[in-house]
Amino acid sequence: MLRYFLSRLLSLCLSLVVASVAIFAVVEVIPGDPAAFMLGLNASPDTVAALRAELGLEGGKLARYFDWIGGLLVGDFGVSYTYRVPVSELVLARLWVSLPLTVYALILSTVIAVPVGVVAASRRGSTADYGVMAATQLGIAVPNFWFAMLLVLVFAINLGWFSAGGFPGWDKGVWINLRALTLPAVALALPQAAILARVMRSSLLETLGQDYIRTARAKGLSRRQAVLGHGLRNALIPVMTILGLQFSFLLAGAIIIENVFFLPGLGRLIFQGITQRDLIVVESVVMLLVFAVILVTFLVDLAYAAVDPRLRRR
Amino acid sequence: MRLPAQLWAGAALSGVFVAAALISLIWTPHPVEGMNIAARLKVPGDGFVLGTDHFGRDILSMLMVGAQTSIAVAVVAVGIGMAAGVPLGLLGAANRGGWIDEIVMRGNDLVFAFPSLVIAILITAVFGPSAVNAILAIGIFNIPVFARVTRGGALSLWTLDYILAARVAGKGRLRISVEHILPNVANLLIVQGTIQFSLGILAEAGLSYVGLGAQPPVPSWGRMLAESQTMISFAPHLALLPGMAIVLTVLGLNLMGDGLRDVLDPRLRRAR
Repeated sequence: MLRYFLSRLLSLCLSLVVASVAIFAVVEVIPGDPAAFMLGLNASPDTVAALRAELGLEGGKLARYFDWIGGLLVGDFGVSYTYRVPVSELVLARLWVSLPLTVYALILSTVIAVPVGVVAASRRGSTADYGVMAATQLGIAVPNFWFAMLLVLVFAINLGWFSAGGFPGWDKGVWINLRALTLPAVALALPQAAILARVMRSSLLETLGQDYIRTARAKGLSRRQAVLGHGLRNALIPVMTILGLQFSFLLAGAIIIENVFFLPGLGRLIFQGITQRDLIVVESVVMLLVFAVILVTFLVDLAYAAVDPRLRRR
Repeated sequence: MRLPAQLWAGAALSGVFVAAALISLIWTPHPVEGMNIAARLKVPGDGFVLGTDHFGRDILSMLMVGAQTSIAVAVVAVGIGMAAGVPLGLLGAANRGGWIDEIVMRGNDLVFAFPSLVIAILITAVFGPSAVNAILAIGIFNIPVFARVTRGGALSLWTLDYILAARVAGKGRLRISVEHILPNVANLLIVQGTIQFSLGILAEAGLSYVGLGAQPPVPSWGRMLAESQTMISFAPHLALLPGMAIVLTVLGLNLMGDGLRDVLDPRLRRAR
């Protein structure tokens, strides 16, 4: 297990190094002079030179890269050029919107998908199964931001049950904020739930064809007992992998969904950074998102090995 | 052989949109760039089959030209993925365990761990929003997908007797890859190509929705949705129609992909 852990850890570190080099290259090297890029075409040379000095661009690219990484490691993300506050403060404030939204969506997606997949698999070929397969086929084809707009049209504009966007802030109480996050979370969760339900169904179908399920039935367990007691646990392993992947889809999807609902999360921060050419914000937030995704993948790998001992030997 | 119904349904559905895109190259019901304020925000039916937007532009015409944008972006992105990914996958499988194989596999792990949309947003943000940069951003993430599919398919082929026979006959690894492996993984590539095509359409819609795809005045489904958002309460057809176009195209492609898989890869039929 230690060997497996170390090899995964090495792969985690390697991924982070490559990711940081790629992001640094895209943001700071390819566009040429970052200071000139941030200030736009009409900036005077003096202003550009001043910003260059402020950003520490005078050093070589390699030195700048290590400065940036060294800062990230101790939580120093630099100072936002437009907001004039440390990026870490901005990120921390926005994280309290994006993270609950992602977790909310992940819970919704799992709570919907697992039972639906189980019902479809255990009644293979029934009307319910065909219904589930048709609905999930549709769910996969729906862009989440369009689904979000439909939810706003129906539940915010026509029925008035939810607000069409915005976020009151956690100091106003938990309930009101959960309500504000509900439509965004549903919009994020449903297309993902469609994928997860299909994975759940096919994984359970495969498990149900195994000999030990037949043995369990032969010993006198009811179909329900065999499915829930023996089938489901084994079928959940591939579902776990997909759940880990979904975290990254949800986090990325949240970027667009936050823009639909005007939620002050990391996604809005990235877009504000992009429109204001605030490279420092963009670079650090993207790196943070990538880090979160790579970390979750790592944790899923570990959980996977804990559940299935065969994997540790690979 | 009887073709599965979903293949027909999928091909018909996506065929409609490909046809619409092709027809729009030579003809649209109304010009898409002309504004006609007198005819703004008309509901479907009133002289315009699918109504007009806030500038009085014909929605049907815009959807037809938007199909061009979506399909062109997705096709070229799949092309990039195949052009770079397939050779990488073939090389990796031909030299299993070698450094090319190692790079292909590690590169794969890495890209799969990346939130691709975030990187696509980063790329289009830095290089400037345009359809071409959207293609590049989507295409880059197609490369490892095709490399992995090709490598996986090719690895199992390399163990077969007829490949051994070809090696005994004195053919080199490169020649075997091109002459014997490639034609036999083509089925897998067609199926994966259909799937990536539909994902490309979704990705393009997402990027142009946030303003990082095709720029005005080129119509695109994603931007039509973005523009409709503020008018959704009094002109919901502006939001419904482009969304339905996306859903139906993607649905058609997915059904086609599933159908093709059933036809081309009989081993999977049992498992489904």
